[in-house]
Amino acid sequence: MSGVLLSVKNLYKHFDISGGMLDQIKFSRGKFHRKKTLVKAVNNISFELEAGETFSVVGESGCGKSTLGRTIMGLYPPNAGEIRYRGDRIDSLDHKQLLPYRKKMQMVFQDPYASLNPRKTIQQALEDPLRYHSPQLNNGEVKDRIDEVMLQVGSDPQWISRMPHEFSGGQRQRISIARALIIDPEFIVADEPISALDVSIQAQILNLMMDLQQQRNLAYLFIAHDLSVVEHLSDRVGVMYLGTMCELSETGILFEQPRHPYTQALMSAIPKLEGGASSHTRLKGEVPTPINLPRGCVFHGRCPYVNRRCIDEVPQLCTLDDGRQVACHGVEEGRI
Amino acid sequence: MMKALGNFKDSFLWYSFKRDKIAIISLLVLVLLVLIAVFAPLVAPYNPYDPETIDIMNSEIPPVWDEAGEGAFLLGTDSQGRDMLSTMIYGMRVSIIIGLGAVALQAFLGVLIGLFAGYHGGRLDSFFMRAADVQLSFSYLMVAIFMSAVLQALVGVARFGDIAVPFLILVIGFSQWPQYARTVRASVLAERNKEYVEAARVAGFTSTRIILKQIFPNTLSPILVLSTIQVANAVMSEAALSFLGLGMPIDRPSLGSLINSGFEFIFSGAWWITALPGLLLVILVLSINMLGDFLRDVFNPKLYKG
Repeated sequence: MSGVLLSVKNLYKHFDISGGMLDQIKFSRGKFHRKKTLVKAVNNISFELEAGETFSVVGESGCGKSTLGRTIMGLYPPNAGEIRYRGDRIDSLDHKQLLPYRKKMQMVFQDPYASLNPRKTIQQALEDPLRYHSPQLNNGEVKDRIDEVMLQVGSDPQWISRMPHEFSGGQRQRISIARALIIDPEFIVADEPISALDVSIQAQILNLMMDLQQQRNLAYLFIAHDLSVVEHLSDRVGVMYLGTMCELSETGILFEQPRHPYTQALMSAIPKLEGGASSHTRLKGEVPTPINLPRGCVFHGRCPYVNRRCIDEVPQLCTLDDGRQVACHGVEEGRI
Repeated sequence: MMKALGNFKDSFLWYSFKRDKIAIISLLVLVLLVLIAVFAPLVAPYNPYDPETIDIMNSEIPPVWDEAGEGAFLLGTDSQGRDMLSTMIYGMRVSIIIGLGAVALQAFLGVLIGLFAGYHGGRLDSFFMRAADVQLSFSYLMVAIFMSAVLQALVGVARFGDIAVPFLILVIGFSQWPQYARTVRASVLAERNKEYVEAARVAGFTSTRIILKQIFPNTLSPILVLSTIQVANAVMSEAALSFLGLGMPIDRPSLGSLINSGFEFIFSGAWWITALPGLLLVILVLSINMLGDFLRDVFNPKLYKG
């Protein structure tokens, strides 16, 4: 199967952090008024994901990568925008209507120590979702499925009667992956699945995920901040900065020749074995707070190529000749 | 079953229990008292509920070690001529039934409210937590006095004795649910943002199922610790209410109403009618509290035990 699996269009997710009614009342210019403080975590994000491909989202901490993944999974309701799965809108469905899509979309979490219920055996962790989504299976079939999935993720099916605390981080992450796979999804959101693991285990889990992708034709939305991992794993990459997508393209051309000034700075920060430190582009200043987003391009305060238009006007993603999408006035005008 | 037993023998709970003398003694005392209470008709020498066995001529006989004591009444008799030992055993039975019943009611209400308020948050949470604050801000004694007055007027003093046990369970149960609700809510708030809960949501489970099957098992240890302390509290509350004459009637006495009935005679020298049930109450509550302390230390090793 191929074709567009997931399409996200103009997605916004803002969090209200202003607390209760009383906390919202502010006094200024001689008047009381109600003021809401919003964290604008995800702003106007659009992309498409095809069946069987790996799409990675990279960016520094707090840029909204995880929020994007969780909003797509329905853990947070979006404020605006559309999420479509195989053409059906899934962002405004209620719990019951969403169930058939839950079966197709699963998630693997960052912290293998928190993502398994400490009071449930591995068998319960795997069995519950399977029986919930496929109540017609009998005990033997359920056991076969569990054994099959445990073997696929490289764990011994005899371990299923154990508790999560008896396993190491890498083994737990394998079990988390098994839990996601047990209901046979075709799309998995992997929210930094390897950043809590040892480097030696990271490679094992990555290889496992790539093997599983080939066996089951899985599509991944891979959220990461380790650029070398992303280069190794993904078909396409989206670079996020402060809740917006600044560049989106095929992995090869993005790593070879980044166009957006932020992507360029990000790529130059990948440690290299040879060459001096001189190639590292240093950005000035800090990332602005997502509560008060900069006007115009969110990157304009730190961009070396900034001009009047960047401060006033929000750049939209536009497609270049090589197929990549960049949200930058400078690239659009040919200045960069 | 054998496996569960094996697990328990390997557990940290059993390991620390074996090394804690106070816990062992408390449990032994408690088990002994509960067994005596459960098998009261077999253990007690007389049946204090049967008026035929009571002779008013036997009233106020001191315990057997006193010169005036009689061998037939080991711990003496009360003002009506009832054998103290038998009356105390039956009284303890009533106290334990009310204590356990009240805690079961508290726990049921408090745990459910705490789980749902903590998980859903927002208005539901605010409503129940403010209700809990209101509930805690007036004394259960006041509620009990008011309700028992209304109830006694409604059904008559004579029939009040028959419904005293469920009445006390309801009063003590309803007045103490906020303890559970707050404890459970606090653990739910800590659990609900963990990734395993999100994983359950991604799997498509309903919120009720997530609350009961995923979060509830992780809030059990504070509930267990609280329950032991609350049983002791409920037994004491019942004793206090009965002592004030709002609880068990004198013909079906609990430990509290026994203490109360003996109070009139304490200055005439018949100290045992008040002191012995009082001592039994202290032993019962103390052994439960000691076990509660032990459980708290085991489940919360971060607390330094000096």
